[in-house]
Amino acid sequence: MTLITVDNLSVRYGSNTVLRHVDMTIEPGEIVTIVGPNGSGKTSLLRAIIGATKPSVGQVSLKPGLKIGYVPQKLHIDPTLPISVERFMRLTNRVSRKQCTEALETAGVPDLLTRQMSQLSGGQFQRVLLARALINRPEVLLLDEATQGLDQPGSAAFYHQIENVRRETGCAILMISHELHVVMSASDRVVCLNGHVCCAGSPAVVASAPEYRALFGTGTGGALALYRHDHDHDHDHSEHSQEAAE
Amino acid sequence: MLDDFMMRATLAGIGVAIAAAPLGCFVVWRRMAYFGDATAHAAILGVALSLTFQMSIFAGALAVALAMALIVTLLTGRGYAMDTLLGVLAHSALAFGLVAVSFLSGVRIDLMAYLFGDILAVSRSDLVVIWGGAALVVALIAWRWSQLLTATLNEELAYASGFDPKREQLILTLALAVTVAVAIKVVGVLLIAAMLIIPAAAARGLARSPETMALIAAAIGAFSAVAGLRAAYVFDTPAGPSIVCVAAVLFAFFSLIGQQAQRRV
Repeated sequence: MTLITVDNLSVRYGSNTVLRHVDMTIEPGEIVTIVGPNGSGKTSLLRAIIGATKPSVGQVSLKPGLKIGYVPQKLHIDPTLPISVERFMRLTNRVSRKQCTEALETAGVPDLLTRQMSQLSGGQFQRVLLARALINRPEVLLLDEATQGLDQPGSAAFYHQIENVRRETGCAILMISHELHVVMSASDRVVCLNGHVCCAGSPAVVASAPEYRALFGTGTGGALALYRHDHDHDHDHSEHSQEAAE
Repeated sequence: MLDDFMMRATLAGIGVAIAAAPLGCFVVWRRMAYFGDATAHAAILGVALSLTFQMSIFAGALAVALAMALIVTLLTGRGYAMDTLLGVLAHSALAFGLVAVSFLSGVRIDLMAYLFGDILAVSRSDLVVIWGGAALVVALIAWRWSQLLTATLNEELAYASGFDPKREQLILTLALAVTVAVAIKVVGVLLIAAMLIIPAAAARGLARSPETMALIAAAIGAFSAVAGLRAAYVFDTPAGPSIVCVAAVLFAFFSLIGQQAQRRV
């Protein structure tokens, strides 16, 4: 059963439309990556999925009772706030200490339970965020540029961990990333976003799409022609995409 | 026992310290210090209005503090930086309040009593209001504790956990307005923010969890109230400022201890 269905979603902040007619779905167990330049509406799409942003048109429907694990883009804990890793993980989840330990193991940082959040390194911090998101056994994991601030080996290791998580727990993963080469290899599907879905499909298909090259190859936005590659989509979808592309 | 004005003053001080401690922690964690100031300064306008319309000071101060807090919340993120916005609102509210008080020619009011508090004049009914307000604030914050903490950490995390961080912000705002209203008599509008921030900041170095920080802040605040009143009695100094002075000395002391402890680790 489809976990998340985004149907003809548009998001407006005041007079500024950041997302137009976006359609996408997340199926159980797949890794989907959203790529796109700054200001292309990636974070707005994720915010709409978790209900932090109201759609101006269209809707986001979740499978009833869907359990979501969310890893935020950056989480600033004020140095004046003393909080241990364990307390942080149990803040909104009614879970045992054992479950915390297990989640930390899955995230690759088994020994941090009693440490203070303020003492963690960047990589450890992101893994604790990942562990927190995993703790109530989510069916889908949402990651918003979760490797920001990590160096290249650090983020490569983080994505490796994400693949492990999928293999171990079978949860679907929807992530936003800037690091195209790393992300592309780890994903089942890539959605290239620039205010609208300009192309989507397997990493190989997207990487060779002219729209993708226009965005990331030469850096010029340019006129975006519709690129059809995903023939599973219904007719409605291509209409919206065409509108958006024009 | 309550016939003694020192006893009533002490109980009033402790009540305010208990309400201010958990709220003060959030003010520190969320960097809302100016927000506390703005709400408190607005209360003087509430005092003026109460005297004009012969309402209870508590009700007037509460209403204006609440209105101020809501205005700030609504205007946030609409073009001005938060500190600019609060600077404008806090000082204008104070100025309008002072001007409004000057129109009250009929009644001679001692403005100092509202600016710096008049803890030695706390009556039994004041005590009821202070402890009632303190109980309300503590209950509100205890009820929403986990949600408030999550919303403080990250807005999206709150949404993903299934609750609206804006509602949590509103609860803090409400608690702040109540605290300001009950603290006017004890420390006055100019020093309310000090009772919020100083005990919480002093507790930081000693605490390893958010809960212990709130409890230690309450203990530091209550001790400051007791010791400050005693000092005011002995040295014949104004009571409200004396309480804040004790809290400030404790802050300096615990900061030094905290730094020493960190150096040893």
